[in-house]
Amino acid sequence: MTRVLRRVAFAGLVALVLLYTLFPFYWAIASSLTTGSALFEPRPWPAHPAWSNYTQVFAQQPFARNILNSILVSSGVVGLSLLLGVTAAHSLGRVSFRGRRTLLLALLGVSMFPQVAVLSGMFELVRGLGLYNTLPALVLSNLVLTLPFTVWLLTTFMRELPVELEEAAVVDGATPWMVLTRVFLPLLGPALVTTGLLAFIAAWNEFLFALTFTLTDAKRTVPVAIALLSGGSAYELPWGLIMAASVIVTVPLVLLVLVLQRRIVAGLTAGALKG
Amino acid sequence: MVTASHRGGASVLARQRARAAWVFLLPTLVGIALVAGWPLARTVGFSFTDARLTDLSAARFVGLESFLSVLEDPDWWTAVWTTVRFALVSVLLESVLGMGIALVLHRRFAGRGLVRAAVLVPWAIPTVVSAKMWAWMFHDVYGVINAVLLRLGLLSEPLAWTAEPSLAFWAVVMVDVWKATPFMALLLLAALQLLPEDVYEAARLDGAGPLLAFFRITLPLVKGPLMVAALFRLLDALRVFDVFYVLTGGGSETQPMAGYARQWMFEFQELGVGSAAATLLVLLIALLTAVYLVLGRVRLDVGES
Repeated sequence: MTRVLRRVAFAGLVALVLLYTLFPFYWAIASSLTTGSALFEPRPWPAHPAWSNYTQVFAQQPFARNILNSILVSSGVVGLSLLLGVTAAHSLGRVSFRGRRTLLLALLGVSMFPQVAVLSGMFELVRGLGLYNTLPALVLSNLVLTLPFTVWLLTTFMRELPVELEEAAVVDGATPWMVLTRVFLPLLGPALVTTGLLAFIAAWNEFLFALTFTLTDAKRTVPVAIALLSGGSAYELPWGLIMAASVIVTVPLVLLVLVLQRRIVAGLTAGALKG
Repeated sequence: MVTASHRGGASVLARQRARAAWVFLLPTLVGIALVAGWPLARTVGFSFTDARLTDLSAARFVGLESFLSVLEDPDWWTAVWTTVRFALVSVLLESVLGMGIALVLHRRFAGRGLVRAAVLVPWAIPTVVSAKMWAWMFHDVYGVINAVLLRLGLLSEPLAWTAEPSLAFWAVVMVDVWKATPFMALLLLAALQLLPEDVYEAARLDGAGPLLAFFRITLPLVKGPLMVAALFRLLDALRVFDVFYVLTGGGSETQPMAGYARQWMFEFQELGVGSAAATLLVLLIALLTAVYLVLGRVRLDVGES
């Protein structure tokens, strides 16, 4: 009897966890399918589900453009971070040289200082390079978020590769570059996917730089567009549209998380704990 | 003779490898110097000037004047207090809640993989988006939170969750806790799964209940990972900006330090004063991190694998 009771209690606990983590997302979906005055009478599910918020967010806002901007910026950031990160990680993960520890600590430090600390210097740099209100400005500034942890994470993955492979290649006369590209890179596929995904999510979510270094609607990324979304009237925010926009940008991320869940967990734990 | 030449060869090889290592590092070092080192140095530099956003070249050196005007501003101290309180409260709640969820997920049950994936959802949602989702749920007139609390009889009239400063603080905490708990839970889960089973077996044989086992065995064994995870979250929470900006609109009574700095730089166009505030934030974070590492006796093992 107590065993049955315990199992019921445990199931209740799991249900509670699920309710807590998923309810806001559910509520956003329900609200995004509700239109007109029905939005203002909270009910458990939409009585007359309608897609009009979804069509309007693309018709009334440059939202397609904003999504494209986010995709371009995030892809650029991921590409550059991985390219730079993988060579650096090879050095930090496989070669012992003087100053390596200091460099790793410095990377950790950079990944921890607040974004706002580089804001005014970055603003000057972006304007000096003539990049203000352009997407390259966001790619450049986002590197400060993604580069340190990409190097860090790839270094931990790189360390786990068997040393015999490298030794065999060196005996065969391979240069460090050949070891990296021919021996390690093929083995690092999963690690690159994990790291790239985490960098993509970080760049996709970035708000402070995107808010500060862009000026016009057409240059905004998704988070800024959603934060500044306003309707025809100054008094009431178009909550239906905001929720539709929120659901649109969340669904792909949720799908990615469901599919690549193990990878993400591996990346998060490697980055945080093995450091 | 043979061994000597062999050793010499090895050290030549080692030196070659070290040189190659620096060549491989160079692009990244240049990149980090460009996007982190240089802007940080400029920010610190600006904080000793009276730079205004409109014309940066007209900036003059004014010594510590900008720092003094920040330190004399009561809004700054409100921001400091808001930020520190926010960081401590959220990280504490995230640790407790994260530990609870980690313990649930540590048990084997049907559908555990799916539940673990579902727990990750809040973490994956962009901060701005989750803040907007919650802002809608917190809406004073049409929000579901007020509706439910009224229906349950816990409230007699709706609360202005995001307008009232004391409530807005807790609203922001709730959003942050919702978003960051998965991170904590997963790190703790990873730590729990490394714990040896036989210790629990022995404890059970000795007649220790689950509660005693948790406090005597589990907690001491996961203390290290917990302290590191909490430090990561603490550093994140101290530089908070997005949630406050979206949820409270950056009112001076509910504004974190990063929001204060940005407001001075770009809304009031006093880049020098804003930079001084940003520099003070960096100093505070460095100080708190040092205190945490020493008091918590946390070791960040960066050395050999």
